[in-house]
Amino acid sequence: MDLNFTADELAFRDEVRAFCRSAIPADIREKLIAGRHPSKEAKLRWTRILAQKGWAVPHWPVEYGGTGWTPIQHYIFNEEVSETPAPEPAGSGINLVGPVIFTFGNEAQKKRFLPRIVNCDDWWCEGFSEPGAGSDLASLKTRAVRDGDHYVVNGQKIWTSLAQYSNWIFCLVRTDPEAKKQRGISFLLIDLTSPGVTVRPIQLFDGYPEVCEVFFDDVRVPVENRVGEENRGWEYAKFVLGNGRVTIARVGLSKESIRRIKELASRTRVGGERLIDRADFRKKIAAVEVQLKALEMTQLRVVANQSKLEKGAQDPASSILKIKGSEIQQATAELLMDVIGPYALPYQSEEEFQRGEPAIGPDWAGPIAPAYFNGRKVPIYSGSDEIQKNIIAKVVLGL
Amino acid sequence: MAPFQEGFLVDLDLSEEQRLLKDGVERLMREHYSFEDRRKYRTEKPGFSEAMWARYAELGLLGLPFAEVHGGLGAGAVETMIVMEAFGKALILEPYFATVVLAGGILRHGANEVQNLKLVPAIAEGRMKLAFAYAEPQSRYDLFDVETQAKSDGDGWVLNGTKGLVLHGDAADKIIVSARTAGSAREKDGIGLFLVDASAPGLMRRAYPTQDGLRAAEITLQNVRIAVPDVIGDPAGAFPIISRVADEAIAALCAEAIGCFAEMHAITVNYLKTRQQFGTTIGSFQVLQHRAVDMFVELEQSRSMATYATMMAGESDVTERERALSAAKAQIGQSSKALGRQAIQLHGGIGMTMEYSIGHYFKHVTMIDASFGDTDHHLQRLASLGGLFGDQTTQR
Repeated sequence: MDLNFTADELAFRDEVRAFCRSAIPADIREKLIAGRHPSKEAKLRWTRILAQKGWAVPHWPVEYGGTGWTPIQHYIFNEEVSETPAPEPAGSGINLVGPVIFTFGNEAQKKRFLPRIVNCDDWWCEGFSEPGAGSDLASLKTRAVRDGDHYVVNGQKIWTSLAQYSNWIFCLVRTDPEAKKQRGISFLLIDLTSPGVTVRPIQLFDGYPEVCEVFFDDVRVPVENRVGEENRGWEYAKFVLGNGRVTIARVGLSKESIRRIKELASRTRVGGERLIDRADFRKKIAAVEVQLKALEMTQLRVVANQSKLEKGAQDPASSILKIKGSEIQQATAELLMDVIGPYALPYQSEEEFQRGEPAIGPDWAGPIAPAYFNGRKVPIYSGSDEIQKNIIAKVVLGL
Repeated sequence: MAPFQEGFLVDLDLSEEQRLLKDGVERLMREHYSFEDRRKYRTEKPGFSEAMWARYAELGLLGLPFAEVHGGLGAGAVETMIVMEAFGKALILEPYFATVVLAGGILRHGANEVQNLKLVPAIAEGRMKLAFAYAEPQSRYDLFDVETQAKSDGDGWVLNGTKGLVLHGDAADKIIVSARTAGSAREKDGIGLFLVDASAPGLMRRAYPTQDGLRAAEITLQNVRIAVPDVIGDPAGAFPIISRVADEAIAALCAEAIGCFAEMHAITVNYLKTRQQFGTTIGSFQVLQHRAVDMFVELEQSRSMATYATMMAGESDVTERERALSAAKAQIGQSSKALGRQAIQLHGGIGMTMEYSIGHYFKHVTMIDASFGDTDHHLQRLASLGGLFGDQTTQR
């Protein structure tokens, strides 16, 4: 048994760390430390810095720009990026649709789409959920009807993250309404500038318009934009949902949150002493740290196991990472609320911040309550924690 | 039992020798340590099975961690983890932890050549059992809270005081006692370690069963004389040895707890699959499935921390070691409560009975939580050592 990093892995970690710390633009890093959402521009700028280094799509096959790293190296890279802290890569293109295209797409699709994802020429979003298809995703109703060389798409997607930034969407659409519900689904790539597409942002209750509704009204999509076979889209969707389970634990992000909590608690005075000097508060932090360390070790074990699984196969135990990771993210957000105390009250919009309005209360206070509110999304998205428990009960426990 | 019983995430890349050890000890438990066997062993004279003790010796388990030059096998923390996990699954009664891990640890880290050459072969061959008397009635989990006095007296030492909760103190042939040679009651300096013959004049044992069916003793020392060759290490500076052995003991207990947790989980899931109510198996109910999953998550999080404890038990940076072991022990204690609660509840009435196994596992992991520091104690220690991530005093 050896869960210690080898000398080579340690050298690699140092290399990644040194690069990230020196390459991250100071304004982006400060914004992330303060707990603010990175803008599209910031995400693009950082992804292009990584692209120059050859690290924009490290987990892709080498022929499409990947690095050929081991699972442990990928793990180290992801942790170092989030601990820097730096933005997660420009999202759905790199992590979700890119792998679908290079795994199931045809040569023309690979040539057309993959380089544009690597260079951040396109910004992708995921069109899976619908008003009537949340946890029961396979009951989706958006229709695609074949008309010559095109599909005509009608329907609605919802909870589409950052669709307002995007020019492409990958969608699950129903192509055979007669088939059993998982069977009649296809996977389409749709240009969001097509006639008939309407994107309407939804403001979340923290004030951030992070997700959208996307409406399709007789949108014509070339048949060549279908990935893989007609009516086999559910397989590709499961592949998408399985990818990224390892990084979904957000261990690096939570470590950074713990550091932030300690730093702010050392600047905050309560009852005549520093909050960090109060034994009860330190113990509360320690309790979260224990869970986080356990999660980090669990994640390492899952990563170490990956090389033993069939290529593309998912370790159902990785559902643990989602469940535990979301619990810990809630806990750190709650601790930050404990630190800020009464100055959680004032609300300042992102626009006020952009205009350079002075902070109300401590200059670090503003984003803490919104981040706490926004964090409630974590146990809901990407397969709710309850769905993850269903998966473990069925696949691992055989119940 | 269920296919996941071996641990879904067990990915330990064991060496060939470690694999053999694991197979060997697991086979021994399978063949000779059913829950029925255990019930029988408990009624035997010392409260455990001397025959099993001889088998452990045969298999090389009793000499496992000792240096080869002293008559041991020179194995490390991973081997101890393997053995303790298997023992946890079977809930063994024999004084392996007391003799080999605790007292054995003191010998490995504190004893001189003469002492090791004399004692280790006797332990490894199963001829001698030891106990470690570190606790006192007032000390709770503070290993440095030692009031038992050792006074220098001509060519030796004289011990006076009371040691409490001496695990397997009644079966031990020799007892290693921590006693104060200098300093005030809660000082880390001034503590020595003394090897005391169980039959020494002035040593009195009040033996009793523990909640989980093991044995222990309260030990009173009245003018017990110790010869110089029976002093282990520096008579005024033995605390670092004690604290190191305590951290190794925590790693071993974590591994033992994992064996218990895995079994508790497997037994419970099996019960969910067989127990019928409302015309179906109760495992078909989502609310119960999710509870079983909560148990699984606790089990795997704890397994991760037990592995971490094993990795860190030999860490040379003492602060790093203590942080890691405290984190692990806190996790295990937390999981003991969470898993125990669910395991009993999911069984219903049968889970409350003495004749069914699940309660015995719950009792044992609860006693593990109350040994060498519970969750509360270790969260406190971890917090006072600055936690695991970042630094709480300096600015970014």
